[in-house]
Amino acid sequence: MNDMTPTAAERAAKLEGLGCKRKRVEDIRFVQGKGNYVDDLKLPGMLYGDLVRSPHGHARITRLDTTKAAAVPGVVAVLTADVLKTVNLAWMPTLAGDVQMVLADGKVLFQNQEVAFVVAESREAAADAVELVEVEYEPLPVNVDPLKAMAPNAPVIREDIKDKTDGAHGKRKHYNHVFSWQAGDKAAADAAFEKADVKIREFIVYPRVHPCPLETCQCVASFDKIEGELTLWGTFQAPHVIRTVGSLISKIPEHKIHVIAPDIGGGFGNKVGAYSGYICAIVASIVTGRPVKWTEDRIENLSTTAFARDFHMDVEIACTKDGKVTGLRCYTIADHGAFDACANATKWPAGLFSIISGSYDFPAAYCLVDGVYTNKAPGGVAYRCSFRVTEAAYCIERAMDIMAQKLGMDPAEFRMKNLIRREQFPYTSAFGWQYDSGDYQTALKKAMEATNYTKLRDEQKAKREAFKRGETRELMGIGVAFFTEIVGAGPSRACDILGIAMFDSAEIRIHPTGSGICRLGTKSQGQGHETTYAQIIATELGLPADNITVEEGNTDTAPYGLGTYGSRSTPVSGAATAMACRKIKAKAQMIAAYMLEVHDDDLEWDVDRFRVKGNPERSKTMTELAWAAYHEVPPGMEPGLEAINYYDPPNFTFPYGAYICVVDIDVDTGMAKVRRFFALDDCGTRINPMIIEGQIHGGLTEAFGIAMGQEIHYDPDGNVTTASFMDYFLPTAVETPHWETDWTEVPSPHHPIGAKGVGESPNVGGVPCFSNAVNDAFSFLGSTHIQMPHDHWRVWTAAENLGLHQ
Amino acid sequence: MIPGSFEYHRPSSVQEALGLLAKWGDDGRAIAGGHSLIPMMKLRLAKPAHLVDLRDIADLKGIRADGNDIVIGAMTTQYELIGSNLLVSKIPILRETSLQVADPQVRYVGTLGGNVANGDPGNDMPAVMMCLGATYHVMGKAGERRVAAREFYQGAYFTALEAGDLLTAVRIPMPPAGHGYAYEKLKRKIGDYATAAAAVVLTMSGGKVASCSIGLTNVAETPLWAEEAAKILNGSSLDAATVKRAVAAAEAITAPAADARGPAAYRTKMAGVMLTRALARAKSKAHG
Repeated sequence: MNDMTPTAAERAAKLEGLGCKRKRVEDIRFVQGKGNYVDDLKLPGMLYGDLVRSPHGHARITRLDTTKAAAVPGVVAVLTADVLKTVNLAWMPTLAGDVQMVLADGKVLFQNQEVAFVVAESREAAADAVELVEVEYEPLPVNVDPLKAMAPNAPVIREDIKDKTDGAHGKRKHYNHVFSWQAGDKAAADAAFEKADVKIREFIVYPRVHPCPLETCQCVASFDKIEGELTLWGTFQAPHVIRTVGSLISKIPEHKIHVIAPDIGGGFGNKVGAYSGYICAIVASIVTGRPVKWTEDRIENLSTTAFARDFHMDVEIACTKDGKVTGLRCYTIADHGAFDACANATKWPAGLFSIISGSYDFPAAYCLVDGVYTNKAPGGVAYRCSFRVTEAAYCIERAMDIMAQKLGMDPAEFRMKNLIRREQFPYTSAFGWQYDSGDYQTALKKAMEATNYTKLRDEQKAKREAFKRGETRELMGIGVAFFTEIVGAGPSRACDILGIAMFDSAEIRIHPTGSGICRLGTKSQGQGHETTYAQIIATELGLPADNITVEEGNTDTAPYGLGTYGSRSTPVSGAATAMACRKIKAKAQMIAAYMLEVHDDDLEWDVDRFRVKGNPERSKTMTELAWAAYHEVPPGMEPGLEAINYYDPPNFTFPYGAYICVVDIDVDTGMAKVRRFFALDDCGTRINPMIIEGQIHGGLTEAFGIAMGQEIHYDPDGNVTTASFMDYFLPTAVETPHWETDWTEVPSPHHPIGAKGVGESPNVGGVPCFSNAVNDAFSFLGSTHIQMPHDHWRVWTAAENLGLHQ
Repeated sequence: MIPGSFEYHRPSSVQEALGLLAKWGDDGRAIAGGHSLIPMMKLRLAKPAHLVDLRDIADLKGIRADGNDIVIGAMTTQYELIGSNLLVSKIPILRETSLQVADPQVRYVGTLGGNVANGDPGNDMPAVMMCLGATYHVMGKAGERRVAAREFYQGAYFTALEAGDLLTAVRIPMPPAGHGYAYEKLKRKIGDYATAAAAVVLTMSGGKVASCSIGLTNVAETPLWAEEAAKILNGSSLDAATVKRAVAAAEAITAPAADARGPAAYRTKMAGVMLTRALARAKSKAHG
């Protein structure tokens, strides 16, 4: 060694491994418009499909005539439920154990439901023919209100299961009832409420919203009649699940189905499920023998494929008079729309909603969720959150504020008093979850110091006085939220989808020259997997991240996995990647020992090489060992350097964060301007701080949209009135506040590299933080809860109801 | 989201355009920037068989002074309005309003003529034109006629234009030097139509309102000229009590629809709030 020999730190930096703000390698093609999305795909002889949709929210179909549509030049086929019945595909199973019409079978149950599928030589011809499919409807009574779904004389939504007393999750209470699901200890919770000094109860609605990825859902199905094989390109967050479900539905053997998810322009949960358009495109390709493309437009995306939330929560907290929480109860009505196509782990019809005790030490808690059918689109996906976690986080964070208000305590102080303490981890919640790690008080304290919280409260006090004196028409609100996520589904003892355990996988091949490829069962939709997985490998194997290709989305080449949603890629596939690396490293160590003529145990790892203990000059770099693996392995050892790992996580991971927001509200217009937003996140080990920051910014922007303006709204006749961006609020960069971010780093003790996942935290924590800020602005006037979204007119209405416009 | 099929024409003169529109009658539509028409065609709410694109007609472009008026060609874009020194010095409310129309990309293509001719109550310019007392030049079968903006709007998407007519220019009398102005628009986001908006042009003399005109956007089936409210303000010092009476008069002529921007009652109130704020700002800008 001499002065020119790079130090360990220099060698480590060159790898661009864990902790490096490595630029996203996928952006090279994205920013040049060279991404390869489904709609970019053009195959010889490809046909185009377009859907006829219902204008009614609930109606019987009395006549359906495709003659005129079929006569349009260029139209090749028109599929209806009757056509699909000949291949037994008029209905399809959902991930939640229900069945769903692929095309309307006798009646329509929500506006824009799929009624017929036109297949033509061009998009234009298909669109022309859609207009000429003649459908006569006999309107039926509509119900879009989940709270009225189980009324004695409510309209029957699902005639097919009207008399079924058992659903996928036990006994049904009513013909519009989907499931009941409960968690916790009701007797213990009831006892806590009986003894409580102080109680609050509030009805909190998390409205129906939509994930709104920039790219809508689409696919190209190509059936090869000679080989009997189906290739399906699509916007799939979970390609392998699509292959398995596709095989089960279509009876095409699974090895003859090839599912390919190319670049995806955002998913956020919208692209987990199976939609009618996919099934129709597959059937159309089988019928015509030609590839068929189906592309959803924006209105179709917003109004039919996979909404999120729509939880109506009646929540109660019990507390001692000095501010220690003693009990939690929550009864929820979950609106699932016309079919239960909720994307959850199969055993969890309300997802992981029992994370509702949040970050607090509740000794007793109980929750009950009833799912109901209404004349609304199906879905119920985990929109940038683990299954139903954001609903739970919103509910508890609002309820904690309301209790603090009743106690006359500062909301931050009240939280500080009740947060699970560092020494309590691993902590088992009243609902039975084992929170693996955390240092909550430190995070909240840091956030309060960074925002100068005490001073903010002083300013607010002064402003309120000025408002009372009539010197200003502005109110200041300070929102505090502390959230705990439960992500990384998940442990096979708890989680499966249709019986498939929710493990995930990574397969790594190191080539002779020391570069390699890693294939995984997950699928990036913009999260930057090509960048971050390579960083894990770089640190684990001592090879530069630039030398690693990351490939996902092709079920023929990728190992089986359950896909990307619920912040599960890093917790599960990230772990699989590290574990596969460790198998490779163990083999490399044996090769090194052989080459250096020492015992395996005499070697130690040094950034990018094995060296002989006590004699560091003698070493073999991983690049040298890769070459050796292909030409001088020890006698008896298989050549090559590759490994695969299927990782079944021992537990979920529990990212958390402390968020603080300041809003200024113009009482006369109801406009709430976000002055400041501070987000502190703990996602354990930080793989790429720049990508984390990007994730936080994106998720906070979505949270801002949800809290301040979004609602998929239906009028009483079942018309969806927010089916375009003219009406549905999607913030632009102009409206989006400036974000301040910070972090703490408490690694997950059970994850191989200590990472917890981060993509969804800002959506989960952001929504309650904005909402708490708006509510806080009015709390001194006695207001306890204003429903979201906090758009101008609703905030104005809150002010009006408080008599502020005299 | 794919329009029905149509034939596309691109005339190079007004006469040629009029000939095409006359030929195709109700089956023909003139297209300017297209930001209103094309979405309607994509939704197949509009299905013109013939589109007559006006972009190549040089006579329809440009901003010029004509005596005490400024005449703006119908195909002048919002972007060009923003960049016009003549407008900035003579009718600055047009720049202020244009900057609140849609977003920069739309403003590069969207035109003043399209904005005022389409009859969409959500468009910003019609109420401003009513406020300014503008006149529209309309070419039709019988040659040119002039229609006051205040007489032009009959209902949502219904105007004084008849089949075969073409709006060629907007003529605006220059407000007196030293006038005050403001366009106050409440919207949810960039690119959004107004929840409610108010345009005010006024002159002050000795601390009193010497003249005043008020337009309101998106709070009825048509843009509104709040004549009564302006009358109330004339001669006043814009004291709180008078403003309150004028605002009540303006609110009284609104009849907004309920939509995602809020219920009707809210939008009426917001018309009042926007007017109150526009009056205060216009007053602060007025000299005299």
